[in-house]
Amino acid sequence: MRLFANYGIVLEFPNVQTCCGQPAYNSGYWEEAKAAAKTIISAFADSDFVITPSGSCAHMVHHYVEMFKDEPQWQEQARKLQGKMFEFSQFLVGVLGIKDLGAHFPHKVTYHPSCHGSRLLGVKSEPMELLRNVRGLEFVPLPFAEDCCGFGGTFAIKMADISGAMVSEKVDHLIETEAEVLVGLDMGCLMNIAGNLRYRNQPVRVMHLVELLYEGVSNSNEHAANGA
Amino acid sequence: MSTQQTALKGTVKERAQLALNNDFLRQAVRFTTERLRSGKLKAAEEHGNWDEWRERGRQIRLHTIAHLDYYLGEFATNARENGVHVHFAATAQEAIQIGLAIAQAKEAKSAVKSKSMVTEEIHLNQALQSLGIEAIETDLGEYIIQLANEAPSHIIIPAIHKNRYQIAELLSEDAGEQLPPETSVLAGYVRKKLREKFLQADIGVTGCNFAIAETGSIVLFENEGNARMVSTVPKTQITFMGMERIIPSWADLEVMATLLPRSATGQKLTVYMSGISGPKRADDGDGPEEMHIIILDNGRSLQLGDPEFQELLNCIRCGACLNACPVYRHIGGHAYGGTYSGPIGAVLTPALKKNVAEWDDIANASSLCGACYEACPVKIPLHDMLVSLRRRKVEAGHGNALESAGMKGFAGVMSSSKVYHSTLKLGKLGQKLVVRDGGIPAKIGPLKGWNSHRIAPSIAKKLFRERYGELKAELGQQVKANAEVEQRMQQWLKGRQDGGISHE
Ligand code: SF4
Repeated sequence: MRLFANYGIVLEFPNVQTCCGQPAYNSGYWEEAKAAAKTIISAFADSDFVITPSGSCAHMVHHYVEMFKDEPQWQEQARKLQGKMFEFSQFLVGVLGIKDLGAHFPHKVTYHPSCHGSRLLGVKSEPMELLRNVRGLEFVPLPFAEDCCGFGGTFAIKMADISGAMVSEKVDHLIETEAEVLVGLDMGCLMNIAGNLRYRNQPVRVMHLVELLYEGVSNSNEHAANGA
Repeated sequence: MSTQQTALKGTVKERAQLALNNDFLRQAVRFTTERLRSGKLKAAEEHGNWDEWRERGRQIRLHTIAHLDYYLGEFATNARENGVHVHFAATAQEAIQIGLAIAQAKEAKSAVKSKSMVTEEIHLNQALQSLGIEAIETDLGEYIIQLANEAPSHIIIPAIHKNRYQIAELLSEDAGEQLPPETSVLAGYVRKKLREKFLQADIGVTGCNFAIAETGSIVLFENEGNARMVSTVPKTQITFMGMERIIPSWADLEVMATLLPRSATGQKLTVYMSGISGPKRADDGDGPEEMHIIILDNGRSLQLGDPEFQELLNCIRCGACLNACPVYRHIGGHAYGGTYSGPIGAVLTPALKKNVAEWDDIANASSLCGACYEACPVKIPLHDMLVSLRRRKVEAGHGNALESAGMKGFAGVMSSSKVYHSTLKLGKLGQKLVVRDGGIPAKIGPLKGWNSHRIAPSIAKKLFRERYGELKAELGQQVKANAEVEQRMQQWLKGRQDGGISHE
């Protein structure tokens, strides 16, 4: 919110919103997912743009159209929502054309592209562009970055051991990079990776791109204030 | 075969556990899938127009499957004109019966086989052996797993779960002498041994990669040359093929021959590609005197007309989805419990049987990351199909009672933000007991599995929805108008109204 305020944009948080319904949808409970979907559709009916910090939630909205194939009114609404729904970096770079926020973040950073955001939603270059323009940031590529971290929502609970093997492999690669910070675009994956890091007592800091940029912009402001 | 029964025992979860505890298996599978996967990526990149060709491949497959009855008819007519005996089998048993009847009529004592997943699907080897007919696999990988009395654990690399040392052990036992774990020596031994078998065999059994409708021909892709031996030396050839293997023309084969080897192993071309249009003719130097093609349905036609699963029939069995799958990499093929493993197996096996309940948790063994779809040369949306399977299971009333109650609660909570908010608050109260350093390490309730590998985060002390009001008031004064940004947003909105710009 603070970031966007700098560009004259007021973010509304309709308090009536809940969850996009993906946990129910992916587990096969479509009726239950529809209940959540209707809440979301109504909550954002009057917004021009809808921004989410999770590529996975943004992509979930793409399923709404199919889910409501027998309810044309809702389907129409769903189509509208899909047209105005953006993942955070997609909105910033794609719509607003902002690639450089003037952030300063002097750390070694690596990036995990979450599956739903990058593979299904197609958000690939945007976060990289934003990171490239952060001063002082040293970027190290993550080996096998595209591999799933093993989160998969309820998968992590139902198939805990398979998921555990996947997240451990992801964290092995992360440790190899010797990065101080892992940045990503999806809270689910980040929570998963952060959980495994903590379990293994690894000090890597896990941040959402928004957090990193915000901290970076604050750093620059402080810099300027001190310098003046 | 007994091993296939063993493989099927228990749940996916239990079978996966066996694999996860088997370091040899995990290392072997990881090593080879990584090699194949990076080979494929490199080949796709070198190709230059990979995505266009994928789309061409998809269109060819979509078209063929939409008109499958027509092309199957054309294929059968042309093959018969070439002198081939064409049989249709509705079920696995029927296919076996037809195959065995041919073998018995020929008084066959032995059969050599080139790699064929369809014969694995119908368990042909066991049937032949029950009649006292020796069935020998001649693909190196298949030969190895046949010795181990196991089922293939990968569509194109049957013995992917075994390392060099394990293979050397198996082959040494077969040879009755100690063979060194060197690939060239091991392959040399098998080659020599198989040569005798080829010469003795009464019947050659092959699979079929593609069947060309316009000429009634079958096409085999292979790297070892064994399929050529199988289809030229024995007097009788029996080819088993799934009814969906058809493509209309040789021109279409060009696209498939571009997609298949690259996707499977990263090879630009397969080492041997044989087109077979019938038995030996008068002036042919070699070839079988008699040729049969058995076309198998076994649940395939059940997908026709099913909007969610028809595309399954587009599969060209390249194995790329297995190599790309992060779940397959950790649990290998046997954990899937069926002939076909990996993402394609997780969907195909229950779909062929139209029996989701029996395959209970197989569709759950996926994080839905979509790597399979991205790897697939004909763009089959396997991740969406897995969700459809889960939904059908729930709709059929085979959901898990606890989960089902939970999801009903989910719907109740998520359809009202008030309830959602108070649930979060309640959660905050509840977690007071278990939070340590801002995380929840205790292995309790549904967090048990999660916390065996991680520490769960706790709910924030102050929820964003609680902070939003203050934040908005604070920022109200700070919002700096930015003309350029404003203009871009207006432009986008206008574009949307005109129906021009869309980011879908
Ligand atoms: S589903 Fe696609 S990637 Fe998997 S085996 Fe079939 S064609 Fe290959």
